[in-house]
Amino acid sequence: MLQKIYDWVDERVDITPLWRDIADHEVPEHVNPAHNFSAFVYCFGGLTFFVTVIQILSGMFLTMYYVPDIENAWKSVYYLQTEVAHGQIVRGMHHWGASVVIVMLFLHTLRVFFQGAYKKPRELNWIVGVLIFFIMLGLGLTGYLLPWDNKAYFATVVTLEIAEGIPIVGEMTKTLLAGNPEIVGAQTLTRFFAIHVFFLPAALFALMAVHFILIRKQGISGPM
Amino acid sequence: MKKGKGMKFVGDSRITAEKVRFIPKDYSEYPGKTEAFWPNFLLKEWLAGSVFLVGFLCLVLAHPAPLEGPADPTDAAYLPLPDWYFLFLYQLLKYEFASGTFFIVGALVMPGLAFGGLMLAPFLDKGKGRRPTKRPITVSLMLLGIASVFWLTWQAADHVDWDAKAEQNKPVPPGSTVEIDTEDPGYAVYEQSCLSCHGGELEGVAGPSLVGIEYSADEIKEIAVEGIGDMPPGQFDGTEEELQQLADFIVSTNEQAKEE
Repeated sequence: MLQKIYDWVDERVDITPLWRDIADHEVPEHVNPAHNFSAFVYCFGGLTFFVTVIQILSGMFLTMYYVPDIENAWKSVYYLQTEVAHGQIVRGMHHWGASVVIVMLFLHTLRVFFQGAYKKPRELNWIVGVLIFFIMLGLGLTGYLLPWDNKAYFATVVTLEIAEGIPIVGEMTKTLLAGNPEIVGAQTLTRFFAIHVFFLPAALFALMAVHFILIRKQGISGPM
Repeated sequence: MKKGKGMKFVGDSRITAEKVRFIPKDYSEYPGKTEAFWPNFLLKEWLAGSVFLVGFLCLVLAHPAPLEGPADPTDAAYLPLPDWYFLFLYQLLKYEFASGTFFIVGALVMPGLAFGGLMLAPFLDKGKGRRPTKRPITVSLMLLGIASVFWLTWQAADHVDWDAKAEQNKPVPPGSTVEIDTEDPGYAVYEQSCLSCHGGELEGVAGPSLVGIEYSADEIKEIAVEGIGDMPPGQFDGTEEELQQLADFIVSTNEQAKEE
């Protein structure tokens, strides 16, 4: 039955190449920890992706309770943390995942860097990777404000002050992020929420797609 | 023609006119044994992922995500700190060569050079050799960068008393303030010795809130006399009996708060 449905769709849309392209490739020995344990350094990229998936899923569940407004943001997080079944675990995963993903990205970057894997023909993918790193830092920065507790608020005030100090574009940047040249408040919270939940993830998905397509096109870098 | 401009499609679709099966890439350039990604390699990856997930969940269960009290913009005494992975940038702005008139150096020039250099690494390091020994300048610059980041982070984090900070900023939900029994004899003592810093409703003013603390009566007595953290000693002066009343009052208020 399933086979028939598959064949029916495949005949019309030709979906076989789509997944065959992902499934049918050989993993060379030098990146396979089962052959040579020191190849575990090749795991960090995959683990980064894994944690990113955890972040997406836990984040989706968090938005079921979170309210991005200064009256209720903190209360909704407190409620999630104390009253909701497994709320503490889901928020814990998102909180710790944010740190672990930075660590994994850092290790992945170091692996690629010290192996010189960014050299021709993989220059573009290196740049895409560094951009992903920046996006992740941006996600960390904006997500930090959302619980609207003291550490979140004051960290954001300092961050915006630093942004403001940059000549020419500083004040514009601050107003763009905070929603007001002076106040860090209701507008800042909604803007950070929008950036954290819509803008940056959109950019992240696009860059990750490019990252993975380039890996499949170019293959993994050869042994040293 | 399989690729490029000469591709032929069925009608106006993206389906290729000649059906070509996907041919796996030739990995003969790599010596040794290769393994099929699907399903052999992926099954092992799945195991590695599970081990990672177990470790990760242990971390999550052992350390619940921290939450401080709700944002209070009037709290001028609060020590602002960014998340740990920004501490090195934050610390950089504290040095003389990177603050004040040189703010732009610390905020823009140094991080810009470091991260710009990282991003453009493939174009700065154009040699053929991939081994670290074949590109000493690139590798030593990176090591210097990593060392600076670690050192700056350590400098920023080392002098912060994280436990005390978390203790001082414990979350107390607003609006769930307990009924303060102003008839209690302990309240009169409280009014005299503690109210100016801890507030009329124990909500905290210059000192922290006294609702939601987990000290015993004896510990409270000791703190009232000897002080703790930023609280100087000798705040309480009165009789032993008054001290006992004060401690009992604070403890009973906390018990009441817990029940609610």
